Amino acid sequence: MTVPSGLIAEDIESYLDIHQHKSLLRFITCGSVDDGKSTLIGRLLYESHLVFEDHLEALEADSKTGTQGGELDFALLVDGLAAEREQGITIDVAYRFFSTEKRKFIVADTPGHEQYTRNMVTGASTAEAAVILIDARRGVLTQTRRHSFLVSLLGIRRIVVAVNKLDLVGYSREVFEEIEAEYRDFAARIGLTDIVCIPMSALRGDNITEPSPNTPWYHGPTLLGHLETVPVGQHAKDGPFRMPVQWVNRPGHDFRGFSGVVVGGRVRPGDRVRVVPSGQQSTVTRVVTMDDDLDEAVAEQSVTLTLADEIDISRGDVLCAADSPAGSADQFEAHVVWMAEHEMLPGRPYLLKLGTRTVPASLSRPKYRIDVNTLEHTAATTLALNEIGVCNLNLDRPIAFDPYAENRDMGGFVLIDRLTNATVGAGMLHFALRRSQNVHWQAMDVDKAAHVELKGHRPCVVWFTGLSGAGKSSIANLVEKRLHALGVHTTLLDGDNVRHGLNKDLGFTEADRVENIRRVGEVSRLMVNAGLVVLVSFISPFRSERRMARDMVGEGEFCEVFVDTPLDVAERRDVKGLYGKARRGELANFTGIDSPYEVPEDPEIHIDTTATSPEEAAQQVVVRLRELGVIT
Amino acid sequence: MSSEDRGSTMTDTLTHLQRLEAESIHILREAVAESERPVMLYSIGKDSSVMLHLARKAFYPALPPFPLLHVDTTWKFKQMYEFRDKMAAELGIELLVHQNPECLELGINPFSHGSATHTDMWKTQGLKQALDKWRFDLAFGGARRDEEKSRAKERVFSLRSAQHRWDPKQQRPELWRTYNVRRNPGETMRVFPLSNWTELDVWQYIYLEGIPIVSLYFGAPRPVVERDGALIMVDDERFPLFDGEEPQLRSVRFRTLGCYPLSGAVESTADTLTAVIQEMLLTTTSERQGRVIDHDSAGSMEKKKQEGYF
Repeated sequence: MTVPSGLIAEDIESYLDIHQHKSLLRFITCGSVDDGKSTLIGRLLYESHLVFEDHLEALEADSKTGTQGGELDFALLVDGLAAEREQGITIDVAYRFFSTEKRKFIVADTPGHEQYTRNMVTGASTAEAAVILIDARRGVLTQTRRHSFLVSLLGIRRIVVAVNKLDLVGYSREVFEEIEAEYRDFAARIGLTDIVCIPMSALRGDNITEPSPNTPWYHGPTLLGHLETVPVGQHAKDGPFRMPVQWVNRPGHDFRGFSGVVVGGRVRPGDRVRVVPSGQQSTVTRVVTMDDDLDEAVAEQSVTLTLADEIDISRGDVLCAADSPAGSADQFEAHVVWMAEHEMLPGRPYLLKLGTRTVPASLSRPKYRIDVNTLEHTAATTLALNEIGVCNLNLDRPIAFDPYAENRDMGGFVLIDRLTNATVGAGMLHFALRRSQNVHWQAMDVDKAAHVELKGHRPCVVWFTGLSGAGKSSIANLVEKRLHALGVHTTLLDGDNVRHGLNKDLGFTEADRVENIRRVGEVSRLMVNAGLVVLVSFISPFRSERRMARDMVGEGEFCEVFVDTPLDVAERRDVKGLYGKARRGELANFTGIDSPYEVPEDPEIHIDTTATSPEEAAQQVVVRLRELGVIT
Repeated sequence: MSSEDRGSTMTDTLTHLQRLEAESIHILREAVAESERPVMLYSIGKDSSVMLHLARKAFYPALPPFPLLHVDTTWKFKQMYEFRDKMAAELGIELLVHQNPECLELGINPFSHGSATHTDMWKTQGLKQALDKWRFDLAFGGARRDEEKSRAKERVFSLRSAQHRWDPKQQRPELWRTYNVRRNPGETMRVFPLSNWTELDVWQYIYLEGIPIVSLYFGAPRPVVERDGALIMVDDERFPLFDGEEPQLRSVRFRTLGCYPLSGAVESTADTLTAVIQEMLLTTTSERQGRVIDHDSAGSMEKKKQEGYF
């Protein structure tokens, strides 16, 4: 029993008191009808006595002809979707409600058919936890991985894996433990660690509300028991204060309040606040509600604040903790989920709505697209309906933001078509791009000049590019030895080595190669800032990415070395045996074979390896660095 | 919620009612901020009462910056009209009343024309006329997702064409609390701030906040006749009694309110709020059973919505 019906009859006021102090958890269920999702939701409604007699009678009648051989078919309580589909009604997310003694629950239920990504993303956006169903007979499937990825993309960290239909595998502990191990292994790779696996049968009611006698080996919580104790709203509350201004409340000359939902942290009278993006500051004087002024408002509350100073604030501004304000920028990198029939058009201006701010925005071509089934990154020129990619966004004015991972309300946005006004996409901000204005950029007291002074030489990126097997690494290695002997502080980034660590998630598609170079460029930049001479040995086949790496550092801090070895020579050497593999078709996207190499047009150093030994080449580089004033 | 009830704001976890309240207030403010001429549909029922209360909170200390609109059928309970006028006067909020002139002329009523025609002409057509007449571009309604299976997937912000039609293909995905309220000229929005409330939530909130509701919700002796198994109150002399039919005085109350000839009463002596809630919790039939409108045809809600019904 999850509702004390005895108490309702005997002492309604005590019952209401209990009900009044319930908290609220919103969660999403992921799985298809085959996994028993509808049965599970129907069971939850039934167990919390939300099924009325008239519904139940219909249910009993239907169950006789249903798939459960005369037992109550709980799925019928929530299905009814077939009829709707016939009527041409879009089924996307259905919200269902039930409650126990401790909590009210809002369940986002997304049908697992067409439009899956769009619907799941929508349902997950407001959920704090996810219940992922796995059919015990089928184990971890592609769809399980897809659901988990989407859930993690939307920032849900608390996962319940419901290993369902355990009755059909004889309540086997081995089956359950195998599935659990496989799932945990996969989940860790996409950053999900807060996982509870529960062996159950939604149909038979095992481990839903009561520990099941059929699984004596299981000592964890029941599904409802767990959902009742999942912490809610902690993430937002622990963060710094944020309140996007929805409405300026000005009934007369003697009152001017700023209304909105607190989406992060807490606020009290006397707190210093900063308005982002304007940067103006003031002090909170009152937290106004119709009931009375509050001593404090916390995340998720709708309030109206008054401030000590007459400063210019309008809808779309964000009131922030003065000592920990949100960022302000007009260019971002973000995950974008496309939700419209018409594909995304890079460069076209859309409207972006983030919090209470709506601004024109355009998107870059996707850096890559993510296959939701395999999680592979692939090159893409656009995003079609239900596709997910990473893009840069360009806004026509700065807005207040926090990374989505830190605050969903401050980093989640929708994209609106300017002609039809339809919602065509949604996205999650990662970070502001470097060239973007960030008013809170941390100034370093120990700057590059200080590093140069201490090290006794200037920093520089020496970028070796050329075909696989051209001799880049050998030359770079010799250069580093010589520089080291000269007392120069160096480091060597080698393509193969970096792919074992920092870039081990990347493949060899065009998009991955671009990302590969972008990351190495960023790392090089950090090391240049630390005053090092950075030797980079990467095939780096595309001109535009070498250009990008060059642009990341200052003028005179980039030295491109073209290690020029003709393809037939490199292939003949084939030190690593890769050309052979590529020719046999065992290696796809191999530079020079089935992926292009774009020759540098104007490198600082051009080494013809057919006419120069590695030692001579290394000497050439050191001499050139002296000419460039990097070393003395 | 009163400051005493808000004791828990000092603790870390808000109650579900505090979160529902905050969400509704956010929806109300967002809709008003992004519309030119908003209006609140006021049906005088308990859900309308809660919605109006939330609107007052959303814009306090100012009054809600929109009028109330009652799409009248002339067939509501007398007590509902009294309550409506009293509330508007007390709160100082402008109240607009629209009665479909065509219906007035034809004398449309549920007895001669049937509940379907009655509802369509007075309410659906009447609502469209009223929205056009005052050029409202956004209307708040008190519908909840838990009322009916097909409402479970209803949007909070529901887009209607210039002809007031609901096109299932044009409904927008709603992520986080980021609502796309933009419309093309002529298009309108229906907005449902109580989407995530359940019947119990509504009652509990009325109880906690002391929100006034029409006394028809409480059990009292009322003159009723039995029609097709439903107890119908004889609220005025327009009620056509059968030969020899005599209204009986029985202690009844209403779970939902509408046109009196279409509202089925339940026998009850529950005359306090807690007693009503107690009965509601112990009851074994769903709320909408008393609404004659839903029984007309299966899936009728979807059809009505496409035609412009709320």
